[in-house]
Amino acid sequence: MKVEQISIFLENRPGTLRDVTKVLGNAAVNIRSLSLADTTDFGILRIIVDNVDATKKILHDKGIAAGINIVVAVEVPDRPGGLDKILERLCQEEIGVEYMYAFVEKSKGNAVMIFRFDSTDRAIDVLTAAGFTVLTGEEVYSL
Amino acid sequence: MIFNEEFETLPREALEALQLKRLKQAADRVYHTVGFYKKSFDNAGVTPDDIKSLDDLKRFPFTTKEDLRANYPFGLFTVPMSNVVRVHASSGTTGKPTVVGYTKRDIETWARLMARSFAAAGLTKNDIIHNAYGYGLFTGGLGAHYGAEKLGASVIPMSGGSTKKQIMLLQDFGPTAICATPSYALFLAEAGEEMGVDMRSLNLRTGILGAEPWSEKMRTEIEDKLDITALDVYGLSEIMGPGVAMECIEGRNGLHVFEDHFLVEIIDPDTLEVLPYGETGELVFTTLTKEAFPLIRYRTKDISRLMPETCRCGRTFVRMERVSGRSDDMLIIRGVNVFPSQIESVLIGIEGLEPHYQLIVDRKGAMDTLEVQVEVSERIFSDEIKVLQKIEKKITKDIKDLLGVTTKVKLVEPKSLKRFEGKAQRVTDNRKI
Repeated sequence: MKVEQISIFLENRPGTLRDVTKVLGNAAVNIRSLSLADTTDFGILRIIVDNVDATKKILHDKGIAAGINIVVAVEVPDRPGGLDKILERLCQEEIGVEYMYAFVEKSKGNAVMIFRFDSTDRAIDVLTAAGFTVLTGEEVYSL
Repeated sequence: MIFNEEFETLPREALEALQLKRLKQAADRVYHTVGFYKKSFDNAGVTPDDIKSLDDLKRFPFTTKEDLRANYPFGLFTVPMSNVVRVHASSGTTGKPTVVGYTKRDIETWARLMARSFAAAGLTKNDIIHNAYGYGLFTGGLGAHYGAEKLGASVIPMSGGSTKKQIMLLQDFGPTAICATPSYALFLAEAGEEMGVDMRSLNLRTGILGAEPWSEKMRTEIEDKLDITALDVYGLSEIMGPGVAMECIEGRNGLHVFEDHFLVEIIDPDTLEVLPYGETGELVFTTLTKEAFPLIRYRTKDISRLMPETCRCGRTFVRMERVSGRSDDMLIIRGVNVFPSQIESVLIGIEGLEPHYQLIVDRKGAMDTLEVQVEVSERIFSDEIKVLQKIEKKITKDIKDLLGVTTKVKLVEPKSLKRFEGKAQRVTDNRKI
């Protein structure tokens, strides 16, 4: 039920994002989803790719500072209030969202949101018990 | 005006005789009271009795900042603490500061030397002196303060910081002279302008500026913005504090070293040979009259040149050129001594940080800025911004705690900083002083 996300440190100057996309493109890694967080000095690129292990290796070989984090992919009904229902349940359990972003592809007609929780395992239990669909890594990488 | 005409205008011959007498006493004193000097003289095969002329001094070993550190905190004092009435400290090359001590008489001597310095700047008891040097462990604040009182002037013990208040007092109290680091004087001038104050119309006439390297260009700028005469004062805590040497208003070309209290030499920092007058090298001082903390041949790492030509002011003391730089990697940031090794010790102390860093020094307006670039390692990297920002804040805080200097910390990509074989060049100084 866990999805591996790769996060990459980028200095805030022109060309740093391209350096990463070039490396990934050359290695035939397909980016399935991404989010870019920025501060005045640096940014963090977070990506979900089709091949985590190969990506990890190529980034390491190129000396790019990257980390692997566990995120949770949840199907969100594509209608008003869909996301709210999920967050409502999480609020009740006092589970915090560190950040989240949307997946490009749909899964069985539903939107897919990527969540980074402060307590990943508990979040998965709570959401599954409440009847929400949490996707596995394999499902997400091949969407 | 000459504060102490009898000594400040001594014919060279009489001055040198006085220096020799005092040098023998100083060497005798340290040899018999400080274990470090006993050992160091013995190792060099010399005793105080070997001093027959001033020229014999060059056979004696140097004292360095490392020696001070090895004897931290009070190991080089010649008197028991019951006779020490004050200590000061400046930052050392690593975590521990360099500590200096003063007897009651030392404080009196220092006050007289600073009074001489003010007098050399043309000040008298009728002046009001705004003292913006920091009060505390730094020698600047109290050094200038006691000197101003000794002269009989009115002193405003403002210390550093609180810029708006400084400007208010400069307007309301009408001081005629200001003591500050040159960059702070310039900063005050610009801050005042921004507040809409006509900084040229203040009562200020004279600036006694020092504690950091500056230039003729900066002097012109300060004089223009504040409509004052700016003069250079030199000192370092190890030797005394401010008031080791002072530029006279008549000559405005080099600083008279108060040679009746300090013997000055210029050495080649590589060969350690004494250089003749006129040649540029490292300043070395021997204190002649200090009681609590005398130093023999202390290497300052400050680069200067000695000018023996007579000065129109009448003082017979040799002049040293304004310090043009350092023979080590010490940086002076807003008047505070900063060694790259100190920054390194902070970085090493933070779990997961790699000691790959660069220091970028710049001057924005009149203020020195120090940026510390640190590589992000995989160990500290996080996908959460707040985690990385916390590390930046921790580095900033730890450096501030150790050095008292606010820095800007910037995380950079791993392996993006230059690697060095041999001596690392970690500092980029973009200041145009």
